[in-house]
Amino acid sequence: MNGEFVHRFLPNSAPETKRRMLKEVGIENIEEIYAEIPENCRFHGKLNIPQEPTSEFAVSKYLRNVLGKNISTDKMISFLGAGCWNHYVPAICDNINSRSEFVTAYSGSEYVDIGRQQGLFETASMLGELLDMDVVGAPVYDGYSACGDAMLMAYRSNGRSQALVPSTISRDKLDTIKLYSSGWFDIIQVNADPKTGQMDLEDLKLKISDKTAAVLIENPTYLGFIEEQGQIIGDIAHQAGAIFITSVEPLSLGILTPPGQYGADIAVLDAQPLGMHQNFGGGQVGFIACQDKPEMINLMPCWLYSATKTVVEGELAYSWHALYDRMFYVIRDEAQNFTGTSAGLWGITAGIYLSLLGSYGLAQVDKTILYNVNYIRKALNSISGININRFASTPFQEFVVDFNETHRTVEEINTALSKKGIIGGKDLSKEFPYLEQSALYCVTEIHTKDDLDKLVIALKEVLA
Amino acid sequence: MSYNKEYEQIETGYQAVRWHEPVIYNLGRHGIINEITPQADPEIQAAAKYDVENMIPECMRRKKEPSLPELSEPEVVRHYVRLSQNNFSYDSGNTVGLGTCTMKYSPKINDQLATLPEVYELHPFQKDEQIQGILQIMYELRTWLAEIAGMDEFTFQARGGAHGVFINAAMIKAYHHSHGEDFRDEIITSAVSHPANGGCPAALGYKVITLYPDPVTGDIGIEQMKAAISSHTAAMMMTAPYDTGVFDSHLKEYIDMVHEVGGLVSLDQANFNGVIGHLRAGDLGADMMHFNLHKTFSTPHGSVGPGTGAVGVKKPLIPFLPKPLVIFDGKEYHTDYNRPQSIGKVGNFMGNIGSVIRAYAWIKALGAEGITEAASMAVLNNNYLIKKMLQVKGMGIAWANRAKLQEARFTVEELFQNTGVTTFDINRRVIDYGIISYFESHEPMIVPNPITPEPSDSVTVDDLDRFAEVFDCISKEAYSNPEIVKSAPHRCALHKVLDGPLNDPKQLATTWRAFLKRNPDFTQAKGI
Repeated sequence: MNGEFVHRFLPNSAPETKRRMLKEVGIENIEEIYAEIPENCRFHGKLNIPQEPTSEFAVSKYLRNVLGKNISTDKMISFLGAGCWNHYVPAICDNINSRSEFVTAYSGSEYVDIGRQQGLFETASMLGELLDMDVVGAPVYDGYSACGDAMLMAYRSNGRSQALVPSTISRDKLDTIKLYSSGWFDIIQVNADPKTGQMDLEDLKLKISDKTAAVLIENPTYLGFIEEQGQIIGDIAHQAGAIFITSVEPLSLGILTPPGQYGADIAVLDAQPLGMHQNFGGGQVGFIACQDKPEMINLMPCWLYSATKTVVEGELAYSWHALYDRMFYVIRDEAQNFTGTSAGLWGITAGIYLSLLGSYGLAQVDKTILYNVNYIRKALNSISGININRFASTPFQEFVVDFNETHRTVEEINTALSKKGIIGGKDLSKEFPYLEQSALYCVTEIHTKDDLDKLVIALKEVLA
Repeated sequence: MSYNKEYEQIETGYQAVRWHEPVIYNLGRHGIINEITPQADPEIQAAAKYDVENMIPECMRRKKEPSLPELSEPEVVRHYVRLSQNNFSYDSGNTVGLGTCTMKYSPKINDQLATLPEVYELHPFQKDEQIQGILQIMYELRTWLAEIAGMDEFTFQARGGAHGVFINAAMIKAYHHSHGEDFRDEIITSAVSHPANGGCPAALGYKVITLYPDPVTGDIGIEQMKAAISSHTAAMMMTAPYDTGVFDSHLKEYIDMVHEVGGLVSLDQANFNGVIGHLRAGDLGADMMHFNLHKTFSTPHGSVGPGTGAVGVKKPLIPFLPKPLVIFDGKEYHTDYNRPQSIGKVGNFMGNIGSVIRAYAWIKALGAEGITEAASMAVLNNNYLIKKMLQVKGMGIAWANRAKLQEARFTVEELFQNTGVTTFDINRRVIDYGIISYFESHEPMIVPNPITPEPSDSVTVDDLDRFAEVFDCISKEAYSNPEIVKSAPHRCALHKVLDGPLNDPKQLATTWRAFLKRNPDFTQAKGI
């Protein structure tokens, strides 16, 4: 501290203030405090990073220039989804989640951060309605980690050594679940029916046993179609004494049967489609819900924002410290959970989205998606060599487009499409080698007829 | 429990915003419709020939619509604006109390940059050539952080600090497995390290040994460490400096001792704010570490996230990092998924990119000298606060003989012994004076009746004076009329919460529907 460095972010770097403070502390130089760090731990060198401070203007100019090299989806027509979906974000979501009072809040108690705690309680309440489940936890890192956490909950409830998952889940999700479970149990994939993609019940019955801790399904699945056998799979899981976990896409629940109605013990979701931009995957926010049973609630691996009463009759409070003694923050390694700072801001935003749309608006989004998907699938089906019925099941917002008969690779096709201003679906050839040259297309309410027609024309040209 | 309304009249210089905002389910009007998204194009609808809902298989068609609030758009806005006003953020005022959180100013230009369409409308699976800008920022920040930490590679995939600690614990496991040393099943940590250093390895099946600081020195001590280390040691996972503000005098020795038996060292640098540019984990010999971008590097805490645990490793650990890594071939940036030894994934995609952009912008705004100076300012602020706080009657400090870096653990044990007022009581009363509730201590609470503030580099000297002044006022109240403190808060939007139901799974309610089931006769009062 040479007494000369003054910076706009450092209020007390004003020379007179700094001098007064040093005097109050009774030191000449802050080095006197740093002497507390043993010499063998000190760094006295010069950091090899940009040396000089920079004005706000220069920071802005430089970063706008670099970020301007990105070609974002709003400059093209994008058909990417695969866990990060391109939905319309209502203006008030951005407006409210840009407010300093939410953006720069953190971990105040229930008396000071009332808005955060009420907001997250309300989001949990709305998600509880969507899921038809009574217990919904605080935000966790994202949907994939939520799934890993749910698996650990199941293991901790019954101590069994295996968990069954559909073979259609994304490889990244599979990797996440495998990592989360790696200390305790094995992940076994249940085959999908080759024609429909639905979980193969015979294979499930073959693989389920008294070793099965949990059975997971997705609805809709990663490959886009609706799993219709939720109730049957749940029954099979329960008969074997396993926990039935359902991973859902929350926007679809305006029109799809909620997991609470087909036997889910635990439901997980990623609320990114509820008011978050794609944000290069930075808008994800996971939630975990469970049935209202004390033994399940005790296993929830996240904060629980609970409504509660105060000393004044009729006054409601919302506290994030419900059953706090369950968390690693209190019992450390006895807890085996580790959700700390996650995605509260996006959690609040999901509530804004749901309360703005309401059940009518939600169903409207879903219907528009279904119409658009129906339209584009019919149109694609008319293109020679394209097969959109690789899985004969009902899609929600995503579906597999099989290009194998075109004798072109998805990579070639996507490269050609991008020259026409279109971002094709996610290439599945590496993720699911058995699907060979197939892509996962995502169509939502933001796609206009013109967008969809352009895709059809472009594909016809590319494949001609 | 009785409540004395007279206490609300005691002048504290502050009165919280009190909207008494009803739970959202008690607002709005039935039948309102907000047309936010479009209906499908008429031609597209016509092409379907029948009602689209019939496309959904009968068993999966929702029979009863979800019970969501029904509010007009202006009502939604007002509700959430009021909630925001019933929140106390860094920008709202004095947040010096939130120790271990590093509440510092988040520059607004950084928010603008992180929400540009070129970021917000970017999909993580776009081709590398379409995302060169973001990959460049990730690559350059990774290079800068590697220099600041003395490490060789970084990943930003962890969406919080504890998530980063989890990555480190998983890499420890993968590393030893790759060397055929699965017998290493123990992790050593300290009770003054962040609890994630216990929780994360335990979640992966490790046995965790927790060491306690010496009552006099605040260090773990060579003898205790020696006794904990064995051929079963997989790693030491330690926070440095500790949450107590003490920097362990023997840290380098512990690291060498763990390495001698073949163990790894993971440093949790959540408390890095006071030592930026003053020490580097890599130079100390750490094999892996993490920074919290939402603490040290100014990115906003966002109502408990989104944040980023930036995980740094030395060369031997690079193969185990989550996939993909961002690489640079001298011309273009790429995402590298071809990483056979990787621990795989800890979640979706590549983390919270907003934190990465903001951290980059913060470092660029300050430069090398500036970030080092920021650390010095944080340490000066903390030591100034210590001077002021110790003038308060009944206030003590743990490990008084040790100089403190970024924060300190105070104790009101003497005040409690004299007045019966606890730190938990005081923590409700401070709010009445217009400062945020403070961080008491991580568990286990080794220091009785603890208080752990952390004045970051961007607090003002007036914040520090006010913080100490508030404790002085409350101390006087405790010694003269402790009931004022015990029954607090009084000038807040809420009154004292009943704890009982929160600790009973049959009474707590995480959703409104559950609350109504448990409290069918409850009516929310208006204008309390």
